Amino acid sequence: MTASIWVKMDTWVRHLIPFGVTLFLLLLTAVPTHLPGFAGIAPMLPLMGVYYWAIYRPDLLPAWLAFVIGLLYDIVGGTPLGVNALVMLLVQGTAAGQRKFFLGKSFAVTWWAFGLLTAGAVGLAWLLVSFLIGRAIEPMPVIFEYLMTLCFFPILTWMLARTQMAFLKDV
Amino acid sequence: MKQSSAAGRLATFRLLAQRFAFLSLIVASVALMLLGKADIVLIEHTRALVADAMAPMLDAMARPAATVAQITDNFHELANIRTENARLREENARLMHWQTVARRLESENSVLHENLNVIPDPDPAFVTARVIGDMGSAFGHSMLLGAGSKDGVRKGQAVLSGEVLIGHIAEVGLRSSRLLLITDINARTPILVESTRTKAILTGDNTARPRLNYVAGSPTIAVGDRVVTSASGGAFPPGIPIGAVSSVSDGIVRVEPFIQRHHLEFVSVVDFGLGGILPFERPPPPERRRRGKDE
Repeated sequence: MTASIWVKMDTWVRHLIPFGVTLFLLLLTAVPTHLPGFAGIAPMLPLMGVYYWAIYRPDLLPAWLAFVIGLLYDIVGGTPLGVNALVMLLVQGTAAGQRKFFLGKSFAVTWWAFGLLTAGAVGLAWLLVSFLIGRAIEPMPVIFEYLMTLCFFPILTWMLARTQMAFLKDV
Repeated sequence: MKQSSAAGRLATFRLLAQRFAFLSLIVASVALMLLGKADIVLIEHTRALVADAMAPMLDAMARPAATVAQITDNFHELANIRTENARLREENARLMHWQTVARRLESENSVLHENLNVIPDPDPAFVTARVIGDMGSAFGHSMLLGAGSKDGVRKGQAVLSGEVLIGHIAEVGLRSSRLLLITDINARTPILVESTRTKAILTGDNTARPRLNYVAGSPTIAVGDRVVTSASGGAFPPGIPIGAVSSVSDGIVRVEPFIQRHHLEFVSVVDFGLGGILPFERPPPPERRRRGKDE
């Protein structure tokens, strides 16, 4: 039995959700918050999106889409082009490669692994940007940004899990 | 049996293709970094084009955020209305005194101008733009503005908030542009310490307080000294306020800008008719190529 065109379209739209949500997180990071001191250390929300979908639905946010998200991140954020593209790509690759380890594990394990992976990602970004600019970047804001990202992870994972349950349960 | 081996081969092939795609994406991102480092115009155009495409979405999202910020501000103001009123009364008394002084100086100044036949500075043209994107990042301090080349924004123009310098335009698209703040690691602003007339370069380092480099001579710079733009390099007109010296320790002078970035909602992009700061210009290296042609 072949599915009707509406069912196909419905599935297709649902399959766009992981990319759409991650793109939304990217735009959300760029919204001027008007909070004092927040702008320098805003959490890297798109990174969480890429990590989450790489573990739970790697078929819907494959490496090349993570690459695209990274490129857009570079363009909106003003970092040298390619830095976040590489970081997102590696995060997606590592998380998707180890996803069997995560499935069925507790949230604490996922959080801990995210901490490790993000430390690597932020460190790599720091190295690349410092190398491309030709000067070492002040490490303190980078460390704060990393801690901020870790703090936001539980809230965001909860939201992403709700999204997955609501739209992608059977497709 | 045959079928399963074929399926197995297909799976291996698919895995290989995936690996290959992954590797080529890594190579692509490294190539992009190198191209960006070589300052290719194409990269800059692509960035501007994509930023333009995203500008309407960013603009739509920035507006409700601004409204929320305004509402919370209102609450804060209501809560502090008494103390604020007292402070304003005191400030008003002080400013009244300054107004008298300023009036006297203004009339004196106009008389002197007339006597010396001074040619007045031309009134600069400006564009007011909304801040549509502020990607908080520890790797750079920049913002996206909702005005581009079709509104008259050009690369290198000064960006002010009120009368205070906050940065310059680093990239321009058709309807969006990137403002590089003076606190960004790539920002270099020629400045003057107002009280001692000392020239220096204000160097951003991605923290809230940029530092002074290349200080001319060995002046005594004190905390609280005002820092304004200098005319060196023909980047900005002299005398635009930037900030005040916030700390002097071990020869490191840091400046607290008058305007913090979270206050920015609308900024003015000003065309002073000067070259402006063009940070990424490099002299062309024609030597080797020419020799190759001759041989």
